[in-house]
Amino acid sequence: MTMLDIQNLNVWFGHGRDRVDAVKGATFSVDRGDSFGLVGESGSGKSTILRAVTGLAPDWSGSIKLDGTELAGQREKAFYKTVQMVFQDPYSSLHPRHSVDQVLGETLYLHGFKDIDTRVVKLLDDVGLGGKFRFRYPHQLSGGQRQRVAIARALAPEPEVLLLDEPTSALDVSVQAEILNLLVDLRTENKLTFLMVSHDLSVVGHMCERLAVMKDGEIVEIMEVEALRKMQATHPYSQELLAASV
Amino acid sequence: MTLLDVENLWVKFPSRHGVFDAVRGVSFTLGQERLGIVGESGSGKSMTGRAILRLIRPPGIVTADQISLEGEDLMQKSEREMRDVRGQRISMIMQDPKFSLNPVMTIGDQIIEAYRMHNSASKSEAYKKSLDMLNAVSIRDPERVMRAYPHEMSGGMGQRIMIAMMLIPNPQILIADEPTSALDVSVQRQVLSIMDKLVTDRGMGLIFISHDLNLVADFCDRVLIMYAGRIVEVCDADKLHDAQHPYTRGLLNSLPRLDAPCDRLEVLKRDPEWSKTPSVSARI
Ligand SMILES: Nc1ncnc2c1ncn2[C@@H]1O[C@H](COP(=O)(O)OP(=O)(O)OP(=O)(O)O)[C@@H](O)[C@H]1O
Ligand SMILES: Nc1ncnc2c1ncn2[C@@H]1O[C@H](COP(=O)(O)OP(=O)(O)OP(=O)(O)O)[C@@H](O)[C@H]1O
Ligand SMILES: [Mg+2]
Ligand SMILES: [Mg+2]
Repeated sequence: MTMLDIQNLNVWFGHGRDRVDAVKGATFSVDRGDSFGLVGESGSGKSTILRAVTGLAPDWSGSIKLDGTELAGQREKAFYKTVQMVFQDPYSSLHPRHSVDQVLGETLYLHGFKDIDTRVVKLLDDVGLGGKFRFRYPHQLSGGQRQRVAIARALAPEPEVLLLDEPTSALDVSVQAEILNLLVDLRTENKLTFLMVSHDLSVVGHMCERLAVMKDGEIVEIMEVEALRKMQATHPYSQELLAASV
Repeated sequence: MTLLDVENLWVKFPSRHGVFDAVRGVSFTLGQERLGIVGESGSGKSMTGRAILRLIRPPGIVTADQISLEGEDLMQKSEREMRDVRGQRISMIMQDPKFSLNPVMTIGDQIIEAYRMHNSASKSEAYKKSLDMLNAVSIRDPERVMRAYPHEMSGGMGQRIMIAMMLIPNPQILIADEPTSALDVSVQRQVLSIMDKLVTDRGMGLIFISHDLNLVADFCDRVLIMYAGRIVEVCDADKLHDAQHPYTRGLLNSLPRLDAPCDRLEVLKRDPEWSKTPSVSARI
């Protein structure tokens, strides 16, 4: 069953000579419980697709369906219970004056959870931070530690769909392995659906079944991870990307 | 030739619960080379870079027997003298690129201002130079980017803009903290070749902080491996894959591989002994 269905999505910013067509005619769908990767050139519109799904792109056309329902206008609270996003930039996505405890506690409270204390501790353990980070502020954390707080925040409402924008690019490889294992476990246990951006093809290979390759706002190729492993890309840009990755 | 000599560097954060040592007695030298620093999240890589420039915010404290830039001890310099060092002689690309740009000023105005601070050039010359710099880091439509604000940039564009800006003063030393973590491989190569040229042609010293072990093995000359604020191992970059320390081995083994799919990735089993062993010196 299709969880996320995107048809002919266009997203643009600005006017006149400053107009940017960030996404042009993107079409793909992700089945419930599947994991779909977005890779491609820096600036090609990967983050913009995720932002359009969460309602953070003001100007767009086309169709975005979540679990069969067309998304339009302001997203409602129920949407954010179902869909959560981990942003690319771990620095700006955390409020500088809120401690880790506040960030997680408030998210849990907003989504109507009661056993907040236990859950905060559990979330911090899940992302490999542990209780000693609970009362720290963002400026007291390293880049990778902040990213893990952001991941914990996204996991807090127990969403069904996770939009992950370079979730591990700020993490060292051992923490990356822990987080990827955690995401794989969550996916199998709870049938989560992932849409995941990464510049690292081996991360996409590990996590996803299918992926789209983007260049200059367009999806140039959708391929199975099996084909990726066998280096069987058809579009010249994906071939180039693959060749440069080994 | 030694550009930088760091001896017994400590970074401490006092708090109500006692003192947290983020960097514990690290020593290394930097020549006209590409020196990689790898290590897990929180191991003190960024703090080491920032401490060299004395950019640790209070209540953090930096101590060192010396941090010498061509024989001048930076620890002895006044805040005012340090400002000249930061602007001119040592540049740092921060891990949070967009954070380091001014959010209410266009990219173009910021690059032009930085360029004119270091070069006597007319506005239009500076504009042309700025376009060249953006082109050099593979930014598409640089004219539009010049008129844009930092929040309108993608993650990787922000990184590339910071790299372009930090190279303007023509520094003797560049400290690059995860400078390419958001870049696709082809753009990454372009950017690395720029840094590479500066080292080979102009004799710049480069400290390259990264999580990407394969990249560091490929690109750098020497690598420091940090754990819990200390250097646990130093090796030639091209020998990184034969590294001996169980921690380094653990890092190498936790990489996912396209050619060898697996269900679960290996995770590091930390040994308390690793953080007790004294820091290995990387001074030459
Ligand atoms: N708020 C905005 N205003 C104007 N232009 C924007 C805005 N957000 C993004 N863009 C532009 O849209 C294009 C696509 O950006 P996007 O962030 O989606 O790229 P990306 O594929 O995620 O790149 P990266 O891998 O570098 O993060 C870029 O040219 C960017 O400058
Ligand atoms: N203001 C602070 N107060 C207390 N501890 C701090 C403060 N700033 C940083 N730290 C701690 O210092 C340690 C080293 O941080 P640093 O930023 O150098 O890590 P890093 O190796 O760069 O990690 P990453 O790869 O995640 O960026 C971390 O454990 C961090 O939590
Ligand atoms: Mg992006
Ligand atoms: Mg860091």
